[in-house]
Parts: sequence; C-alpha cells; structure tokens
Amino acid sequence: MPDVRIVNVTKKFGKIVAVDNVSLHIYDKEYFSLLGPSGCGKTTLLRLVAGLIQPDKGEIYIGDKLVNNVPPEDRDIGFVFQTFALFPHMNTWDNVTYGPRVKGFDTERANTIGHEVLEMVRLHERLDAFPSELSGGMMQRTAVARALAAGAKLLLLDEPLGQLDAKVRNELRYEIRRMAKDLGLTAIHVTHDQSEAMAISDRIAVMKRGKILQVGTPKEQYMNPKSIFVAHFIGESNFLEGYVLSESDKKALIELRGGIKVSAVNNAMKNGERVVLAIRPEVFAIERGAKKGENSVLGVIERVSFEGTNMQYEVRLENQDLVVVVKPSLIGEWFNIGEKVTLSFPPEKAHVFTYPETGLREETSVE
Amino acid sequence: MLSSKKAVKYGVYLAAITVFFALVLLPPILGIIIKWNTMQQVLNQPELMSRALSAIENSFTVALFVSTIDVVAGIPMAWLITRGKSKWLNVLDTFSDIPFIVPTAALGYSLLLFWNGSEGVSALFGSTLVSPGWLLVILLHFTFSYPVVVRVVVGALLDYKREYEQASRTLGAPPFTASRTVTFPILKFSLIAAFILAFARSMSETGATIMVAGMFENGPVFIQNMKNDFSDKIINQATYEGSIVFASFILIVVSCIIFALIRIFGPKLKLPLKRVWPHAERKLSYSKATSSRNGITLLIFFAIVLIPALFVALPAFEAVFTQPLPNAVFGVGIWGEYWQSLILSYTLGAVVTVLNIIIGLPMAILVARRKFGTLPSAILDLLVNIPLIVPSIALGVSLAIFWKENFPFIPEMWLLIFAHLAITYPYFVRSMSAAVERISMDTEEAARTLGAKPLGVFRTIILPLTKYSILSGAIIVFTRSVSETGATLAVTTLRTAPVVLVNWVKQKAPLDIGLGCGFLILFSFIILLSLRVIVRGKGRY
Repeated sequence: MPDVRIVNVTKKFGKIVAVDNVSLHIYDKEYFSLLGPSGCGKTTLLRLVAGLIQPDKGEIYIGDKLVNNVPPEDRDIGFVFQTFALFPHMNTWDNVTYGPRVKGFDTERANTIGHEVLEMVRLHERLDAFPSELSGGMMQRTAVARALAAGAKLLLLDEPLGQLDAKVRNELRYEIRRMAKDLGLTAIHVTHDQSEAMAISDRIAVMKRGKILQVGTPKEQYMNPKSIFVAHFIGESNFLEGYVLSESDKKALIELRGGIKVSAVNNAMKNGERVVLAIRPEVFAIERGAKKGENSVLGVIERVSFEGTNMQYEVRLENQDLVVVVKPSLIGEWFNIGEKVTLSFPPEKAHVFTYPETGLREETSVE
Repeated sequence: MLSSKKAVKYGVYLAAITVFFALVLLPPILGIIIKWNTMQQVLNQPELMSRALSAIENSFTVALFVSTIDVVAGIPMAWLITRGKSKWLNVLDTFSDIPFIVPTAALGYSLLLFWNGSEGVSALFGSTLVSPGWLLVILLHFTFSYPVVVRVVVGALLDYKREYEQASRTLGAPPFTASRTVTFPILKFSLIAAFILAFARSMSETGATIMVAGMFENGPVFIQNMKNDFSDKIINQATYEGSIVFASFILIVVSCIIFALIRIFGPKLKLPLKRVWPHAERKLSYSKATSSRNGITLLIFFAIVLIPALFVALPAFEAVFTQPLPNAVFGVGIWGEYWQSLILSYTLGAVVTVLNIIIGLPMAILVARRKFGTLPSAILDLLVNIPLIVPSIALGVSLAIFWKENFPFIPEMWLLIFAHLAITYPYFVRSMSAAVERISMDTEEAARTLGAKPLGVFRTIILPLTKYSILSGAIIVFTRSVSETGATLAVTTLRTAPVVLVNWVKQKAPLDIGLGCGFLILFSFIILLSLRVIVRGKGRY
C-alpha cells in the first residue's frame, strides 16, 4: 500500500537549502497537500518523492520500499506537472495511453485503460486533438488522465491548477479529489493557494524556507496555528504586539502597545515576555460607540470594503494599531468610515506567540 | 524600428532588400542565364558530361552520407555535453568547437598528414592507411561538419523543456524510451536544421577537399580541375565555360530540390513512436549501455575529429625549430606571398563582416518582426537561405560570370567581397533574426510607452540585447570567409591564405605548410578571442 515516508531528507542546490531535514509520513489513500509560498521547497520535496531529483541526505520510502536509488519510471507514480507537460507531438489519445504502452501492456489492455480514464475525465470527444488545440481545463484533465492511466497508486500533483482561471480551478479541484478518492489513491498535492489546500486536503503540511512548520487537518491548521507564520499564511490574522503582565494557570494578562490590557489563554508564557497576539478578523465583535467589557478596545473605522459575502472594516485602534474585521454582509448592521466603535474578542480565540527574534515582518514574510 | 520617420525607416528597409537582391541573390542566377548557351558544349561531349554528372553525384552522395553520420554520431555527443554530470564536460564542450575555428584548408592538410602522412596513424600500421580519395574526403567532411551538428543539437537540448522528458519518466519510460519517443521527436526540427547545415557545408567545401581528393572528383573539385585544365591549355575556353556553367547549374538546382524536399518531407517524417520494446530499451538505458555509448562517442570525437584536426600542430612545432621559421619571419621565398595572402584574407573577412552587419541587420529585423506582413517575410526568409545551400564554388562561378560579363571594369577585390558577402550573408541574417525574435515585443513596447522613439528602442533595447548574437554572427561570418576557398578560386586570381595553402600542398613542403597552417589557426584564434574579450568587458545581458 503506498504510504510515503520521508525521513530526515535534505536537498541543496548550490548554497541554497531547498529542503532542510524534512520528515513526513503521508498515509495510504490520504489526500495530502504541501502548502507554502513560492520557493519554500514544496515542489522540490514532491520531485524528490517522484525521483526526478535525488536527496543529498535522508531516506524516502514508498510503501515499505526504500526508493532513494529507484529511477522515476520504477516508482509506480503518476505525476501531474504545473505546465501539464503534455507531449506536443501526440494527440490526446496517444498522450493518455503513453504510460500503458511504455510499460509494455498489450494493445487491448492499453486501449481499455485509455477509454476508462478518458471516460472519467469526460474527454472522449477530443481524442484526436493535439495539446495546442485544447483549452486550459481540457489540458489539465488530459494531464490527470495520463497520470491515472499509468495505473499508479500514488498521484503527485505539482500546482496542477496553477495555470487555470479561477472558476475552472474551483470546479477541477473537487474533481481531482473525487477521482483520487474513488480510485483509492494516495495523493500529494503541491500548492501555494491556501484556500485550495483547505478545500480538498485530508491533511496539510505548511512549509517555509525548506522546513515543515506544521502538519495537520485544515481545521487544526486554522483553529490552532502553532506559529505566527501558519496563523498568517492560513486564513487571515491581525497581529498585536505586547508584554505578559501576569499569568495564571489558564489565563495571561497582556498589555498591548498604548497600555491596552487584554487577556488570552496562557500558552506557557512567562511574566514580562514580549508576545504577539494573533486574532482572526471574523473573531472580533463590533459595536457602535464606546462599550466596556472584557477584551474591549476602542477604535475608529478607517476603511469599509463591500466584498459581496462579507463586509471588511479596517479599524484604527486607540493605540494606533490597525486591525481588520470581517462580518457577514447580510447579517447585523453596517458601519461607516469615521464611526467610533468598540471591538471585543473572547480570550480563547486569541493565539499568543513569543515575539520572534527576527521581528514580526520577517516572520510573516512570504518571500 | 530603425527610425522614427516613416520615409527614413522604409528607406532603410528597402535599401537592405535592394542590396540583398542586387549583390546576393540575383547575380548568381543571372550569371547562369547569361551563359546558358555554353552548356551545349558539354551536351555535345558525352564523356565530359558523364564525368561532370558523376562528380556531382559524388558531391551529393558524400554530403548525404556524411550528414547522416553526423546526426547519428552528433546526438550522443550533444547529449553527453548537456546531460553529463562530470565537470570535464565544459572542457569537452570547448574542444568540440576547435574544428570550427581551424580554417578548412588547414584542416584538410592536417587530415592528410594524420591519415596519409608517414608520421600519422599510418606509422602505426607500417603502410599508408588512407590514401587521398573518397574515403579521405568523407573523413574530412565528417571532421568539419560534425561540430556544426553538435553545436545545433546542444543548443536545442539546452532550450528544450526537460519537463516533457520527466513526464515520460514518471509514466514509466526508461531514459532511452523517453528520449526516443519524446525528446527527439520534439526536437525534430532542430535535427533537420542540423542535417541541412552539415549537408550544405559538405556540398560547399572546396579547398580542403582538393587537398585530399586525389583522383576522386566531386562537384567543386571538378570545377577546379576544369579551371586548371583551361589554364594549362588542355581544354578550350568554350569547353571550360560550358563545363563549369553546366556543373554549377546542376549543383544549384539539385541542391535547391533536395533542400525543398527536406523542408517538405522532413516534418512529416514519422519516427517509430508507438512501438515500445520495454526490455530491450531498459537495457539500453542503464550503466553498461550508456558507458559504452559514451565511450564510443568520445572515441569517435578524439580519433576522427579532434586529433586529426590538430595534427598539423606537429610539423608546425617542428618548423619552429628549423629553417622555415626564420624564412617565414623574414618573408623569404614563398613566405612573402603567404603574408600578403594572410593580410588579404583577414582584411576580406573584416570587410565582409562589417558589410554583413550593416546590410544584414535591417534584413534580420524585417524577417523577425514581419515588417511587411507574414507572407512577404516568409518569402524573404526563404530567399535569404538560398545561398546557404548552394555550393559556394557554383555560386562563385555564376557570380563571376555575371559581374565580368556586365561590368568588366569592376576590380577583382570587389568581386571577391561580393562573393564572400553572398556566401556569408545567410549565416548572419539567420542568427540575427533568431536573436531578434527572442526579444519579446513587450520589451519593445514597454520602451515605447516610456517615451522611447523607434530609433531609441533600437539603440537602447534591440542592440544591447542582441550584442552577443551580433558577435556570434560576426564570428561565424569571419571564420566562414577566412575558410572559404571554392568561391575565391572561382571569382578571382587574387590569392587568399587558404588558396595559397592549397597550392603549397601540391608543391609539397611539409614544414612550411605546417607552419603556414599554424599561423592561420593561431591568428584566427587570437582575433576571435579578442572579439570575445572586448564584448565581455562591457558586461553581459
């Protein structure tokens, strides 16, 4: 069964460490995403699994087999490239049946597989079309069909939706997941689009600068980010800087800039420690005028954007920090620029992190 | 693009087209037409005609055979250079260019020494291994056309998107199958281009071929032999003119037909893609098969290309320590003529290079940017390439007839310049139009939106971005001109360096010839190297 185990794998290109001592276990039949900004090493990691490049250190297992020295053609994988890499000199049919043919299947079997996978991606009517004659979505489906036709149980997808329009992308992402699940495949999907990863993955690994920061289900990543970067990269977060004033078993009292005092769940913080509070935009309650209560902060609306589903407000707090608040546009009241408001949030919804040594800007950088 | 004023702009383009037609394309065609009737002479002498036809047939047989072998042997070499992991491959890459810079006349003599001379490989076998004749001609043509093929295929492999091959590997294809079914079919057009270039080089080469041909006659050698017979008064003027016009005409027509056939049927050529032999191909993909393939490739390169090409260094070194060197330095005896010829060759090369840049650049822009619409540009592109595939001696013969018949007052030096311009022009325009095409229109348009006038765009965008291509185009033109023998012999009695060397070979003075070749290689190398250094000093783009 194709689970994939990556053990202490490092890959360098010259002086750049693309993958830095990464260990990861992807379970059999799991739909797994590698998520991170450009240059974080996610594609390199996928190519290492595919055998297109070799690790400098560490081991990669597919099933029980150590595959470090196994060439890509013997790893029994299907790979979908970001650019699709459809062979320009072959039509859809020849592209799709390429795998069965080079593996030496007899013609009848290759044909059966070809028809099956083309049925699955609904491309039967374009058998004779060359890649240059297909739309982006069709090319993508051909690329997936070609990878599936090789009969592999491990499907590797490198930004498979990156080149498509937003609408097509949204449709196809569910289709790929459905096919992988129907066929009982293990899938590793590389993307920099967090909403795509959230929508289709069983689990996600968030990567930055060659390292894995956090592995977990989309819900875990969103609800319990383990680092400032994950809180920033998955969904949106407001970051407020402060110091721990006092801490008890469960709660920590934090003084934000400008002397504003708020409480949050104690995350093994120490008195006097410099911290960053991460609060999701939808966590804030917003009320007109100055109100008192736990974790209440006064502010003035500086910008209002109507986004269809949501209203987004930028609020300048009394300590001059700027926070973003998001509210469903069809529920509750609307606010106007210049209005004085009170924001509040439940302590358990604020995540507290130690202030990063390199600074907040560097920590949240996606470069 | 060249200037903001429409009249000036179109004036420049029209001038470029006019010069192309007046100096490059029309004279050779008109030359043949003027002397059309003289061909009757050959038709009336069946023996002469069959000799001419068999010489021409030899030209095509050698060219087809050599270019086929070039492609077959060149692909593994290009593969090794681009895909190998050893750091020595850079050195190999540079080595593979050496036969390029050795002028073919020197190359011919070098091969003659290596294969036939008493100090070459023949010494190992105790008797002459390869005598002048068809086999030596084939070896020679392979030596000078092989680097052309390797260069083109290396370029194609470097530009090629590796993902296709990787996709094929992930689908279960071992490396051999992946390259056979995916990489090379995608690169088919580059392979065809490499084949055509090798073919054209083989058809055109004259100087070195004369050195090694012995009794063997191909088209260019036949024309030169007729010329010699005429000056030795063995044949009369009518027979001489008739035979060279006849041979040139057939060479030009058949070359064009073959070129057209390759252009039409090449792209339709189906490689055996569908069938796959998994077991056999897997065996061919891994260690034993690849190392023996690399071994054979390197053996062919060193034993048949590089060492024979540089063998002339031996007598050249020997000459340095003996009498020929002082003779050479003080221009004693035959050396006076040698130095004059060398100066003539390099001056000619420089003039032709400058002329190419002046009249070739607007033409390259016209072709690449389709200034007069798609169809006219495609037609121009085709016309520009014609001199490339026409054997240079045939081009020279018809060019000389045209100018001498119509403008007898033209100095011979001009004729020489015109002939070399016609031969080198397509090389320059081709490499420049490819370079201009690589510059995205967006870049030009960005400069326009920022306020640059068309002439400004040319000066600040096109020129800096194509600087390296102009240099490489200039290098090709220069080396081609310095090497050219056939057309030079056909149009003038002026003696360039290769012509002098060809004559020396007949008179046999090995050390002098070795030294003469050595100087030619050395100076060519120094000039090319300084060209590179000058440009590099101003930064890369």
